[in-house]
Amino acid sequence: MNTAAAFDVERLRADFPILQRSVAGKPLVYLDNAASSQMPQAVIDRLVRYQTCEHANIHRAVHTLSETATADYEAARRTLQRFINAREEREVIFTSGTTDSINLVMQGWGRKFIAAGDEIILTVLEHHSNIVPWQMLAAEKGATLRVVPINDAGELLLRDYEALFNTRTRLVCVGHVSNALGSINPVQEMIALAHAHGVPVLVDGAQAAPHLAVDVQELDCDFYAFSGHKMCGPTGIGVLYGRAELLEQMQPFKGGGDMIHTVTFEKTTYNSIPHKFEAGTPPIAAAIGLAAAVDYLGAIGMPAIAAHEYKLLCYATEQLRDLPGVRLIGSAAHKAAVLSFAVDGVHPHDVGTLLNQEGVAVRTGHHCAQPLMKRLGVAATSRASFAFYNTPAEVDALVAGIRSVQKVFA
Amino acid sequence: MSTDPKTLYQEVILDHNKKPRNYGVLEHASHQAEGLNPLCGDHIHLALELRDGTVAAIAFHGESCAICKASASMMTVAVKGKRRDEAQTLIHEFVDMATGRADAGGGQAVGPHIGRLAVFSGIRELPMRVKCAILPWHTLQAALNAVATTSTEAGNDPLHMPLGDA
Repeated sequence: MNTAAAFDVERLRADFPILQRSVAGKPLVYLDNAASSQMPQAVIDRLVRYQTCEHANIHRAVHTLSETATADYEAARRTLQRFINAREEREVIFTSGTTDSINLVMQGWGRKFIAAGDEIILTVLEHHSNIVPWQMLAAEKGATLRVVPINDAGELLLRDYEALFNTRTRLVCVGHVSNALGSINPVQEMIALAHAHGVPVLVDGAQAAPHLAVDVQELDCDFYAFSGHKMCGPTGIGVLYGRAELLEQMQPFKGGGDMIHTVTFEKTTYNSIPHKFEAGTPPIAAAIGLAAAVDYLGAIGMPAIAAHEYKLLCYATEQLRDLPGVRLIGSAAHKAAVLSFAVDGVHPHDVGTLLNQEGVAVRTGHHCAQPLMKRLGVAATSRASFAFYNTPAEVDALVAGIRSVQKVFA
Repeated sequence: MSTDPKTLYQEVILDHNKKPRNYGVLEHASHQAEGLNPLCGDHIHLALELRDGTVAAIAFHGESCAICKASASMMTVAVKGKRRDEAQTLIHEFVDMATGRADAGGGQAVGPHIGRLAVFSGIRELPMRVKCAILPWHTLQAALNAVATTSTEAGNDPLHMPLGDA
């Protein structure tokens, strides 16, 4: 069996109805996967089946539908547990997405364990969702944020990182993969270093979980956050993985049904983890849909996905590097298939509008990483981000699109 | 009906983007304001000199996309020498055209003073870009009202503020 047979991108593309549509009269070339990925028919079908035959509230009633929904929701938790190789299923908390996951750690762990004068280490590569919650906490507690710098290639400077640790360091928050540049950060090494200082680490895995095999035990991270909609699942669902020991220590963030053992007006006792953090009716359908997405990705295999995307990255990098008047931004040695670029003399928004006219969807702007844009000395970039269903022909369409933009502005 | 965005990037807009008119800093400004679009990082600085109720001089500078820069450039050309109330009328006509409000009544497509600014009429087909075209006009309104900074994301839309005597 040759590799082409093992990974048949055309067969996979046929699983995604949206990839058959056209935009502006041209075949859609969807290169905005870092913002949100598309959904295969298997996941759509699973959502339809749930809503058609299985829907009821969970953990409540004894009737058939409720029992089925509860079983499917908890089975989804186990599917996610296996996906990231968590030790126990109770270490997997369903949230509304990465932002929600990070805010849960901020509210539940940060507000309890961070005090005045304490320090939190972040990196300049972080998405706003891994900056702003910590800024809010620092302002509330009188804590300080310390920032790991990068080199011009977009790689974190580990020596500077190490130098940031002191006796007041309480937490490290780092993205596994940069959403704006694609840099794959050496999180395993960073976690080991933090642990040597007795400091826990939160990893923002929003851009890693869809593209790399993630093993939270191998990483030895304390928290790992990711979103469903960037990995072929629905919006409104995400995961917070936390080591059970830390989750037990955390205070609940949202109060309500399902997160309690007993309630009287005098005193409430809380449910055990993970339910302590899942107040109210959760996004049941979305959790089940995310599990279907994980099953779909698992059937292809994360190593096969990573290998195909790496080929796309290499090809796209070669093609764009050779294009006169185009500058690639971010050239880390270890990268996911994300290409940020600037077209000389053309604002990214004009690039985006004109590429759309060629059917090519890219993201333009600051990518929710304004501190990084400032470090790079640009207001905004254009970003093409690939998924396993993208093809070299789509890289060619991007290149042709950029040429046509340059022609308009010539 | 949709407009090909390429028709938006026509000669006159590309020309004003490449060679913006009234680009730079004004020495004796009586009114100025900063316009920001936090969603894309665009910012323009607009300064004008109001003499006897007339826009005697006007200039802008900053970082922005072609749509915003051309809109700012053509705006300065359009309002230079105009009385304050005439500038005000033009602001409303431009914003109504760009947002599609001018079409709402099903009657007249654009205001009577739009003239060459009609090249921006296609922008209404690109909702994400309407703010780019409007930013300079918001900034002019803010300057005339002595508001230091305006933002496309601000709650207090300067277009709905009364014209003061600032």
